[in-house]
This record gives sequence, structure tokens and C-alpha cells, in this order.
Amino acid sequence: MTSKRADVLVDVDWAQEHLEDPNVVFVEVDEDVSAYDGGHIAGAVKLDWKSELQDPVIRDFVSKEDFEALLSTKGISNDDTVVLYGGNNNWFAAYAYWYFKVYGHSDVRLLDGGRKKWELDGLPLSTDAVSRPAATYTAQEPDTSIRAFRDEALAAIDTLNLVDVRSPDEFSGKLLAPAHLPQEQSQRGGHIPSAVNVPWSKAANDDGTFKSDDELRALYADAGLDDGRDTIAYCRIGERSSHTWFVLRELLGHENVKNYDGSWTEYGSLVGVPIAKGA
Amino acid sequence: MCGAPSQGQGLEGVDLSTETVIQGEVTRDGSPVPAAYVRLLDASGEFTAEVQSSAQGHFRFFAAPGSWTLRVLSAGGRGEHSLVANRGLNEAQLQLDG
Repeated sequence: MTSKRADVLVDVDWAQEHLEDPNVVFVEVDEDVSAYDGGHIAGAVKLDWKSELQDPVIRDFVSKEDFEALLSTKGISNDDTVVLYGGNNNWFAAYAYWYFKVYGHSDVRLLDGGRKKWELDGLPLSTDAVSRPAATYTAQEPDTSIRAFRDEALAAIDTLNLVDVRSPDEFSGKLLAPAHLPQEQSQRGGHIPSAVNVPWSKAANDDGTFKSDDELRALYADAGLDDGRDTIAYCRIGERSSHTWFVLRELLGHENVKNYDGSWTEYGSLVGVPIAKGA
Repeated sequence: MCGAPSQGQGLEGVDLSTETVIQGEVTRDGSPVPAAYVRLLDASGEFTAEVQSSAQGHFRFFAAPGSWTLRVLSAGGRGEHSLVANRGLNEAQLQLDG
């Protein structure tokens, strides 16, 4: 397992050196979709994870054709290097990274630390409007080798590595949502039986950057992740687990890692499936 | 619902009979600090959530009754505050030092 870190992650120095690079497109994706408007990296375009990356009716991705139209409108081409960044320690940027990979974009990277690192370093943000000439984007058929659905999550119990990346209090059932959101949720509390709890936050430093490969390897080894098994990561709606999916597959090079974006909001609402409570 | 709620002190729409709200203000030398990263740690010190303070320095979490620690990080310094929260409104002030 060799690290692919240099291919998938850029630091703030690299980003500053490539702000004017015509082959690099910076894309901001935030949970708080108003953050971009208050200031963004100069030249970066905005992607709204909710209104642009989710089907407006059913709970799913937008179609391949709609993704192609979206990226074309944003001025993103197939051969562009896409550098994603955002708030919340890159949760939604990591989700977009995984999403771009599902649709087969070849060169997509994360800005290590995202908005947080950029802000803590006191680097400039711009409120200038950004427009890029429209492009013609062609997506690939969805790569389901990196996306898990509910039946796979259920079948993974006691069979595959299930990694629940939520906070310990969500894992145990004490909280039903991350604590920056109201706790009124319809689903049951707890976790998928046999899942190990490795909160996404353990993979990040305080400034939002990823820990070193050695630290990350030790983290998942200590948690009991079996190298001989395939892995499914999940959280509440699939964004924090994208962060962990990125660590396991893109940084550490684990081969068969899927993100279950249905996650706890889906699993915890299914009728009749087993749920484990407590630590 | 899934987007981060704006950080403020108004409690319209918040059901304090069920929610355990922890909210307050980040200040430095008595002045509000916007865009500071405020982190909520559980009783064992594990990360639970993080928000950015508003333009007025306000932050808010929806937690559960129990012991919590708030830790703030910004370009202007750090601060920490521990509390025991009960159902309803729990207010906490975070002062930056250094």
C-alpha cells in the first residue's frame, strides 16, 4: 500500500502557486452554502452540494447527463485538474471528490485543510464574481465500486469492515445528528451491528489538514480494521464518511472501499434491520 | 435542514423542551470574534461538532445533557471552557487568549 498523497492532495502553498494555472480549477463546496459568497479563493467556482449535486425529487445523485451539463456550465473540462476545498474540515469537499470519482473525473484533488487552513493562515479571500467560459464535459457511467447501497450495508454485518465515522455519542445513540444540528430526527439511534467507530475527526489535525500516513495507518489498525476485508464507511448522510473514504482509499491505498451515502438516515429508518446501541 | 444553520442567539423555532442548546459568544478583550472555529468535545474529550462563530461572535450547538468542553481556535488565539449542560438553554462565553 503506497501513499497516493501527492496525486490527490495539495497544500496551501501549491494552491497559491497555481491560482493562475489555466489547467487548474478551484471549486468550493460547503455545508453552509452561503460561505462562498462571503469570500472564496480567487477564481474558485462554487458548487452547491444540495441544489446542484442532489436530485431535487428522489434521494440520489443527479443523473450523468445533468452532471455533464452542470460541469459544462461551470466551465470545467475533462482534462482540468479540479481542486476541491470547503468548510467543515472539507467534509463536503470530500463528498464532492468522491462524487467526481463516481462520475469518473480523472484528476481531482483536495486542498489539505480546506477553508479552515486557508483562513487560519490568514490567506486572502475574494468576493469578486467568478465566471468561466462554458466547457463540454463528458462523464463516465457511475462507478459503483466505490458506492455502497443499503443491501450491501446490511449484508456487510459481521462480514466486511463497517466503519462508522460519526462522533462517539452518535454511534452510541445518545445523539441523532452531529451537534451543530437540531436533534429532532426521524430515524432510530445507534449503529449498524459489527461496525467499528472511528470518528472522521481522528484522521484530521486541529487545523483541518489530514494526519500523516503513518498516523492514519496506526489509527485504523488500532481500531481493528481487517486488511483482508473490503470496507464500507458510513456516517449520517455520507459526507463525513467521504472524508474517511478519501483517507482509506485515496491516501492509504486500500483497494475495496465504498462510501455508503444512504448512511444512518437511511439505515436507521429501515424497518426490521438490526441496530446496536452503546459504545 | 441539512445545511449548517446560521449562528445566532435567537431561539425562534428551537424546541427547548427537547433540545439541549449550548450557545454563547466568542470574545477577545471584550470584543466579539467572528469566524472563530468553535469545537464541542464530549465527556471523554472526543470531537463532537464544530461551527464557525457568526459576525457577532455567536455560536450554537444542539447537544444532550451531560459534560461538554468547548474549544475555540482562530487566527487570533485559543480558548477553552467546560460545562455541564441540561435540557434547555445553556449559555457559555469563550474568551480568546494569546
